[in-house]
Amino acid sequence: MSRAPLPELDGDFYTRRFEAGPDPETLVINMGPQHPSTHGVLRIVCELDGEYIRRAEPVLGYIHRMHEKMGESRPVNMFWPNMGRVDYLHAMGWNHSFALAAERLGGVEVPERAEVLRVIATELNRVTSHLLWWGAYLLDLGAFTPIMYAFADREIVMDLMQVPTGSRLTYCYFRFGGVSADVDETFAGKLLDYVKYQRGRFPMYRDLVTDNVILRGRCEKIGPIAPDMIRRYGATGPVARGSGIPYDCRRRETYSIYDRFDFVVPTRTEGDAMARYLVRMAEMEQSLRILEQAAAMLPKAAGGHVNPKAPKPNWKLPAGEAYAATEGARGKIGVYLASDGGKNPYRIKLRAPGFSNLSLFAELAQGTLLADAVSILGSLDLVIPEIDR
Amino acid sequence: MNLHTLAQSLGVALPLAQMVIGLVALAAFVGVNAVLLVWMERKVAGHFQRRPGPYEVGPWGLLQTVADAVKLVGKQLFTPPGGDRTLFWAAPFTAFLPVFVMLLPLPWGRALIAYPLNLGILLVLSFAGLNVLALCLAGWGSNNKWALIGAARAVAQSVAYEIPLLLAVLAVVFMTGSLDFAAIVQIQGDMPWQWLGATQPLAFVIYVVCAVAETNRAPFDLPEAESELTAGFHTEYSGMGFGLFFLAEYANMIVVSAVATSLFLGGWKGPVLPGPWWFLLKVYALIFLIMWFRWTYPRTRFDQLLNLAWKWLIPLALANLLVTAVLVKLA
Repeated sequence: MSRAPLPELDGDFYTRRFEAGPDPETLVINMGPQHPSTHGVLRIVCELDGEYIRRAEPVLGYIHRMHEKMGESRPVNMFWPNMGRVDYLHAMGWNHSFALAAERLGGVEVPERAEVLRVIATELNRVTSHLLWWGAYLLDLGAFTPIMYAFADREIVMDLMQVPTGSRLTYCYFRFGGVSADVDETFAGKLLDYVKYQRGRFPMYRDLVTDNVILRGRCEKIGPIAPDMIRRYGATGPVARGSGIPYDCRRRETYSIYDRFDFVVPTRTEGDAMARYLVRMAEMEQSLRILEQAAAMLPKAAGGHVNPKAPKPNWKLPAGEAYAATEGARGKIGVYLASDGGKNPYRIKLRAPGFSNLSLFAELAQGTLLADAVSILGSLDLVIPEIDR
Repeated sequence: MNLHTLAQSLGVALPLAQMVIGLVALAAFVGVNAVLLVWMERKVAGHFQRRPGPYEVGPWGLLQTVADAVKLVGKQLFTPPGGDRTLFWAAPFTAFLPVFVMLLPLPWGRALIAYPLNLGILLVLSFAGLNVLALCLAGWGSNNKWALIGAARAVAQSVAYEIPLLLAVLAVVFMTGSLDFAAIVQIQGDMPWQWLGATQPLAFVIYVVCAVAETNRAPFDLPEAESELTAGFHTEYSGMGFGLFFLAEYANMIVVSAVATSLFLGGWKGPVLPGPWWFLLKVYALIFLIMWFRWTYPRTRFDQLLNLAWKWLIPLALANLLVTAVLVKLA
């Protein structure tokens, strides 16, 4: 039986360009766009020598949805729903960035109560995002059960958030000058109940998963990132903090009312997949601390959930430009707005943290085993729709 | 009319008739059991994961696997273009058929043996080696890069783990001086402290670890590692091609658990209940243990897997064998 290559199956532009490597003995494989561990539609072209990766190159664009162009072709108020869909796992982070940028440009004040609600929403969403990452990462490493525990815990937050926001995943909660709806009096109590419950779950996570010797073997010393490499690629979020760079927008470029909360920025110096894992686990606990303090602030916080003088729905941004960055679950979320005073914004630029974090991958994966590459890819916590935007 | 006269009237030898009847009975048992085990796995997984598992089809979801099997049978059998048709379709059968032979010499009760054989262990171990051939054929015949990597992993893994497995079994053979399952069970007593697992705990642990690796179950499911290799060696199989591999996995679990039960857990022996019940109980307890591993642990990496075999299990099994040999000689 002949084993000649099949011309009609012989790949597209990327594969052909990639295959022009020097060594004919290697195996070129496509990981994705339909591959269980690329979480959506990321495609990675790998050149394998046995199971070792010679070269790996991410190919992007399979879920490019033109978010920036959509922002430039409609009034700024109509762009809100998109913000819940760029990174569907940390929608509140994008909501927050966009709100901050527009408010800076338009000079809109946000009442105290709205700020507390914003912090609660963002931090709750950060916990759900990290929980989902935790489950999905372990799924990448071949453990099936933790994701079910993570989803069960995440479900409680989603039930909690559903009441004020009206949605469970692609939140569109923020408005210029506040948030869309206030919470009722029972919310703070429920929030504290959840914080208590979730704290009780972490010891079990640690015993079942974090201290497992197989997991340690799959994460420790895997994909070590030097601080220099973080700076070169502009990686942010837990990826940077796992490599000893204590960069957190909530502290470094403080916004909203984050300066009033008592929390630490978890940082580890190892830089490997385990460090990123532990940073995220510690971050969830810090988010719970913030939530606890925010729940205490909530009854006293006054000013309503939205500024009464907030812009009307057909608001035109004044001419000028503004940039706002917030700390998302995956890193620094930046929104740049430029307006010429017209009906639609002149330019919207979205800075997705996942894009910079993914760009590390090609260099990190070089020389590793295929299984380690999966572990590294998971430890970067990528949301592909955010990367492609 | 007993079996003897039936065999005479049909003009066939008694052992042959016994073997044929045994094979048919085992085929029925394995078929029903694989269906039951898939259901059990899903229920076990479900309850580990705070969800009920299948419960819609039939009582307690018992018919779910039947429904799945019907679906699989109804699917188109697809041979990948450029694949080797013969090897591709030989693989699932090579995976599935040896299971029946491996179950032949196992004693289910005092006289309940499909085919008594004084070299039973040799038969089981040699046919167990066919499994790796099946995975290798599947990987090669698929003309798929993921499948090929899966097959390469399967070969390295099976070769590495067959050695400590053999050494662990050899320790038992040294102690009992027999390769016959029935004789080995006969030596053991009713109570757990009279089982060979109590006198050979290290061999038992090594055997269980190797059995999980040999059946390619998590945490050692590297040949199919779906988060790395999509589905590994069976990436290209559709319908019952995949179904046979799936059945073979569960049938192999029965075999390794049954062998472990006979060698280490006193086989069909136990107080109060009749033999076959004890045998089934122990086999299912072991299968539950293997399922427990799968739904608890992440997957190991390939070099870690081989390191475990070459650096830990083989030296330990050799030391165990040496100590056993010395003690047997002294006793």
